Amino acid sequence: MPALCRDCLTQFETGRRCPSCGSARVVSHPELFDLTIAHMDCDAFYASVEKRDNPALANKPVIIGGGKRGVVSTACYVARIRGVKSAMPMFKALELCPDAVVVRPRMQVYAEVSRQIRTMMDELTPDIEPLSLDEAFMDLGGTMRLHGAAPAVMLARLVRRMRTELGLTGSIGLSHNKFLAKVASDLDKPHGFSVIGKAETDTFLHDKPVRLIWGIGPAAQASLEKAGIRTFADLLRWDQQDLSARFGSMGYRLWHLARGQDKRRVTAHAPMKSISNETTFFEDTGNPDILDGHLWRMSEKVSDRAKAKDLAGRVVTLKLKRADHSLISRRLALRDATQMADTIYATARGLFDQVGAQGPYRLLGVGISDLVAAEAADLSGDLLDPRAAQRRKAERATDEIRKRFGSEAILKGRAMR
Amino acid sequence: MKISIERGTLLKAVSQAQSVVERRNTIPILANVLIEAEGDTVQFRATDLDIEVVDKAPAQVERAGATTVAATTLHEIVRKLPDGALVTLTDDGASGRLTVEAGRSNFSLATLPKEDFPVMASSEYASNFSAPAPVLRRLFDKSKFAISTEETRYYLNGVYMHVSDADGGKVLRCVATDGHRLARIDADLPSGAADMPGVIVPRKTVGELRKLLDDDDMQIAVSVSETKVRFATPDITLTSKVIDGTFPDYTRVIPAGNTRKLEVDAAEFAQAVDRVATVSSERSRAVKLALDEDRLVLSVNAPDSGAAEEELAVAYGDERLEIGFNAKYLLEIASQVDRENAVFMFNSAGDPTLMREGNDTTAVYVVMPMRV
Repeated sequence: MPALCRDCLTQFETGRRCPSCGSARVVSHPELFDLTIAHMDCDAFYASVEKRDNPALANKPVIIGGGKRGVVSTACYVARIRGVKSAMPMFKALELCPDAVVVRPRMQVYAEVSRQIRTMMDELTPDIEPLSLDEAFMDLGGTMRLHGAAPAVMLARLVRRMRTELGLTGSIGLSHNKFLAKVASDLDKPHGFSVIGKAETDTFLHDKPVRLIWGIGPAAQASLEKAGIRTFADLLRWDQQDLSARFGSMGYRLWHLARGQDKRRVTAHAPMKSISNETTFFEDTGNPDILDGHLWRMSEKVSDRAKAKDLAGRVVTLKLKRADHSLISRRLALRDATQMADTIYATARGLFDQVGAQGPYRLLGVGISDLVAAEAADLSGDLLDPRAAQRRKAERATDEIRKRFGSEAILKGRAMR
Repeated sequence: MKISIERGTLLKAVSQAQSVVERRNTIPILANVLIEAEGDTVQFRATDLDIEVVDKAPAQVERAGATTVAATTLHEIVRKLPDGALVTLTDDGASGRLTVEAGRSNFSLATLPKEDFPVMASSEYASNFSAPAPVLRRLFDKSKFAISTEETRYYLNGVYMHVSDADGGKVLRCVATDGHRLARIDADLPSGAADMPGVIVPRKTVGELRKLLDDDDMQIAVSVSETKVRFATPDITLTSKVIDGTFPDYTRVIPAGNTRKLEVDAAEFAQAVDRVATVSSERSRAVKLALDEDRLVLSVNAPDSGAAEEELAVAYGDERLEIGFNAKYLLEIASQVDRENAVFMFNSAGDPTLMREGNDTTAVYVVMPMRV
């Protein structure tokens, strides 16, 4: 069986240890050198960056998240052992792990490190599909002759480079499609290298729960369970029509995934569907002034991102979470797509006024969707708001000023609320 | 209750009532129509809690009484009965059923107690006047296309009916706008209407009202209060709550200083707009108007699907102008013109444009341009 030493990259035939360097970090699999689709996932990315930059944190439980309130965005492995998980409310995490060091996220630093990793991946293949700052799909099909080495070797080299040059570890999943590659990268975390081959796909999936599928959350899981579907074996008993009839397009996808089939390509240009921003407050608030300030800042962030990508949205969404975590969400379709903060804010504000005082709230989010190119947006004005045209001009001018003198150079009074 | 009524008369009365009933109801009684028989008339009453319609019809009342029955079911049955049939409605009060008999057809419908039927509280009307049906028809027909459907601006979800000052004195005026276009229609002030409070008549009410206005010789009794409006013919009374909100100050929206005048045959213009807009499949199709000395070029350029151009001979004497509009909005306002030429008054490519019919200022439309 082909085998590869992940430390010295020696290739050999079977064995628990590398014949060359003696390392035990060996991956072996019958299809090792034939598979080309990979998923790379950094291990506790934000926390690892923080530990790297501040060695004093090395052996401490570290949680990255927003203050006492908010949620855990990443927990290091020390904290994970104590039961801390991503997306867990911070107070709960601190109950489980009171001695944890909570670090505020430094997104700019993470983005920079992410770019460094991206540069390394670019050397492997042009077909990269980033899912977030710390994970990406890669298709290394057809690169064998270019690199003079199989994808598995190049991937092991990538992870080795990440560790030596950036001081970070990542886990690789290698398989024959995106779905399985993503599943594989999670099998042997941290610093793992897992392979799911074609031959073993069916037996591998057979008893696994369907929640393994990316995108099957608690809600989808519940509706599947109602139909008696818990594992992949359960799924296999359904024929395609029945699944489609019951679950719509998801049913169609499930039928294929049940057979380990996933035809989606690794593509960098997956079209963006929506742009949104949300914030969890330091403390719950029903104060309309404070909420108005958040509303504006979120609208402006969404607008900034839309402008950076030359996109605009036809639908504006407002999301509010009450103190008891119940969710209110409202959306409004505009006649004319927009990327202007002024319009996004005014629309979200209208939605907010409709919802009324059902607070206090703990979270507020604003988003746009049904995206179109910016040139097809903001084409017409509002008869009843003749000053809107002036405000748009002012916003464009503000953008120019901020581009030259920094994002804090000019602010609306409302942003200070 | 036991009544006999001619099928045609019954159908007319029931259809007006059932159209007020919402198709999906969480309160069962709101799906019903209240039937009340007394003397020699039967009365059908339906409501959605915002609008109430009462329709009277002559009938042979054998036994007075009242009951409620599903409005749509009754309507469907009556609709399917042969023309000229005599229909007998019987409610014995004990069985909880209403029997509908006509010829050899026999139906038995479930009823709900009449006591449960919500009757709209009567209110004091500040103003009562009478207006000819064609006058009201024009006011609402020409303005309703501009009513907004946007729920966040609920105060635009109707026609603002009020008394206003115009050149020739006070007028009865209807205004509707959705922020993209606006319609302002004036009519001579009916006597007794001068003190009428301005009210926003909801979209659905406008639709229901339209059914009362088909008869050119009909006089409509109009009653208005701060919270309700009522339109009545001898047979039908339509009462509606008005939208509780303030209609924006539309006067500043209507451009007074637009000087560039275009005169064009409205039908020709509308057809040309419709033709060139065909090439674009986008929801907000922009049509470009390029104006030059007595010449108008309409064009649409949709990068993905194609381009179209059409030239029209027009009367235009000002400097060159290029301006874009949403094709649908242009079509809608152009189709309001039925007697004379359409007159457009432009300012610049970014300013609202005014449209009227010839020199008639009693129907004025404003439309916001679009960047092209």
